[in-house]
Amino acid sequence: MKKTQINNKPLILDRKVSRRNFLRGSAALGIAGSTAGLLTMTGNAFAAGGKRGGRLRAGIAHGSTTDSLDPATYENNFTIQLNYGIQNHLGEVDAATGAMVPELAESWEATNGAQTWIFNLRQGVEFHNGKTMDADDVIASFQHHMGESASPARSLLDQVSSMRKDGNNRVIFELSGGNADFNFVASDYHIAIKPSKDGKIDPTDGIGTGGYVLKEFEPGVRFLAERHANFFKSDRAWFDEIEMISIIDPAARQNALATGEVDTIDRIDLKTAHLLARQSGVNLEEVTGTKHYTFPMRTDTAPFDDNNVRLALKYALKRDELVEKVLYGHGTVGNDHPIAPSNQYHASTLPQREYDPDKARFYAEKAGGVKVQLSAADAAFPGAVDAAVLYQEHATAAGIEIEVVREPNDGYWSNVWMNKPWGACYWGGRPTEDWMFTTAYQGGASWNDTFWKNDRFDELLLLGRAETNRDTRRAIYYEMQQIVSDDGGAVVPMFANYVFATTDKVGHSAMAGNWDMDGAKYFERWWFV
Amino acid sequence: MAQRIALGLLTLFVISLLIAFGVELLPGDLAQEILGQGATPEGLRVLRLQLGLDTPPHIRYLDWLGGMVTGDMGLSLANKRPIAELIGPRLSNTLFLGGFAAMIAIPIALTLGILAALYRNSLYDRGVNIFTLTSISFPEFFIAYILILFFAIKLGWFPGISNISSELSFLDKLYRTLLPAASLTLVVVAHMMRMTRASIINLLSSPYIEMAHLKGIKPLRIITRHALPNALAPIINVIAINLAYLVVGVVIVEVVFVYPGLGQLLVDSVSKRDVPVVQACSMIFASVYIFLNLSADVISIVTNPRLLYPR
Repeated sequence: MKKTQINNKPLILDRKVSRRNFLRGSAALGIAGSTAGLLTMTGNAFAAGGKRGGRLRAGIAHGSTTDSLDPATYENNFTIQLNYGIQNHLGEVDAATGAMVPELAESWEATNGAQTWIFNLRQGVEFHNGKTMDADDVIASFQHHMGESASPARSLLDQVSSMRKDGNNRVIFELSGGNADFNFVASDYHIAIKPSKDGKIDPTDGIGTGGYVLKEFEPGVRFLAERHANFFKSDRAWFDEIEMISIIDPAARQNALATGEVDTIDRIDLKTAHLLARQSGVNLEEVTGTKHYTFPMRTDTAPFDDNNVRLALKYALKRDELVEKVLYGHGTVGNDHPIAPSNQYHASTLPQREYDPDKARFYAEKAGGVKVQLSAADAAFPGAVDAAVLYQEHATAAGIEIEVVREPNDGYWSNVWMNKPWGACYWGGRPTEDWMFTTAYQGGASWNDTFWKNDRFDELLLLGRAETNRDTRRAIYYEMQQIVSDDGGAVVPMFANYVFATTDKVGHSAMAGNWDMDGAKYFERWWFV
Repeated sequence: MAQRIALGLLTLFVISLLIAFGVELLPGDLAQEILGQGATPEGLRVLRLQLGLDTPPHIRYLDWLGGMVTGDMGLSLANKRPIAELIGPRLSNTLFLGGFAAMIAIPIALTLGILAALYRNSLYDRGVNIFTLTSISFPEFFIAYILILFFAIKLGWFPGISNISSELSFLDKLYRTLLPAASLTLVVVAHMMRMTRASIINLLSSPYIEMAHLKGIKPLRIITRHALPNALAPIINVIAINLAYLVVGVVIVEVVFVYPGLGQLLVDSVSKRDVPVVQACSMIFASVYIFLNLSADVISIVTNPRLLYPR
């Protein structure tokens, strides 16, 4: 079931394979790594191609009555997955290789030092209302996130200085500066391509080009859609109908799967994951992605403005113990920078920072003693308070005093995060180095939760963004990861796996790690065996 | 009667003021909650403008009150859908579950209570008391999980979640809501049963009951014919309170069984600071309480000739 239409010139990735998709619970399945960035699949569930039919029912941990169909408001797993069920984007992350491949675009090309991007659109793609997709729809869909818009994609598109069509099937973007990763940006999940009328889209009509046509959407409760007969991909969207139910309570979610009320659930309670895996007919799935947990320090506030304090704290943490006790082993240790092992330019040669009480004590004494408060709530990430208490224990051995302040979950993001000098935080991660660094580490960025500013880092960021030579880029991003690790304000103790489960009736290929649940595209990618 | 209704309306008004004030006191606003971790100052500004959060809270409250008086609940701030449309199916679901639970719980409670009064201090009386008091002492979610464990997972008789939708037939709905209704029943039966038992036993030492005994009437007939009618007033009041609880207190059961009721909507809206929806839900809950209490009063009067024909 390999896609044949890939025409992906600028970014063919030569990543390692075994880095990400490892699956548990289904004994018959095996992944054999191979060369050239492709996975070779064996086993039944990986049979080439799916089978049509059935209604897939998913129980999802998110979903709120305040959800809406407007792409500018997508922010939780429920709306993101709904989005990928009914709508498509210019490009998508290929599950097997992690590369960005064209979806509604047929191909793309960057010229002029990656400052001009040409997207050739796929022809004859039909929206659910019968309209054929053209360049006007793409432009209107982008404009929905630009100008006076509350869309989170707005800041990503600030770099677009102009957008024009060249014929009905080509859109040309001019950027204010070179960006070799603009194809990733243009395929952001918010920017769903929707039909336009007089240069505007109707954001809440629920119409897209996707594999399923929206039938019912009750915010915070349920979403139901049926197969789009004229879907442009012939090897996707296998189900007749898809249904998503919001099940916030973890025990209820696991019950629903165990009693066969749903076919798949996300966000397995890690404490009881091993018990669920024992249940017959249930497959536990695990994918390492870019999701990571951090303890961001405000580097503009004493005592964290002193790098000795930051280093002392970075050496005073047993990361493997956090992975073992907070993630129950479902994750990997972090190295104080946000680039995941699955990212293209992950600095694998950078030495792993280990727990070293002597070094921690040394830096703490250099700083004249460290006595700090760590604000945490489980809203930051599940187990954040436990993690903070463990941290306190580890640091005590190095003579560092951490006082854990338990904050309320309600209002955590508005009152604690980026307000208190030191707190806990999670990041879903970003598909590219540039995107992640620009979002949270560039000096002055609006989500720079460490208020960190490093001139050399900011300079490298701009260089790396416009650089199209892969080796030069790799060198630049390696140096940047080192700078963040040694000087940055965030302690990054661990990367958390996406852990979810399906019944054994569900079949799938290699799973993507860019989002929870097979890149949030399981409606399109999975089938009933 | 008119006075009672007027007092009820005044209570509703005061509640709406308290709710508006209370929600205003919560930290953060809708824009911050919607954007969450992704909030930027610019995004917040635009969103607040779009949501109409730039108008002061008292103006928004008066607007809302004006709409409410004319029967227009307004639009949800968060998703711009009419609140009436949002609440309608949720309310009917909650009433369905509450009604179903009441249908099971009230007859059981009354029967058990009457029998307990009849055979007071017997082994049966003790057994019923122990059982109902035990079930009321456990938190609802615990009872719910126990029921799920045995009836859904071990025996497989019932679904583990009560995912109901409009496409289901009435019988299917009953089948799928039986477990949550049973959990609620276990929680409310004790209160009603104990009150029935107590208020009947209270009367059993009255001279007229003694007279009935001396006439040689059978104990069951004494209780149903002579004691129960006089004991009805407190029983009706307790039933009203428990009915109200079945409607407004089911949030936890709704969460455990993933039942799309009004409680879940209220919790969601509070956490997102969607004030008009919170107001509307609270008004409905408050009205249910007031209405049920009013009905309890009226029914007590109707069943008591002394109150029905005051001198």
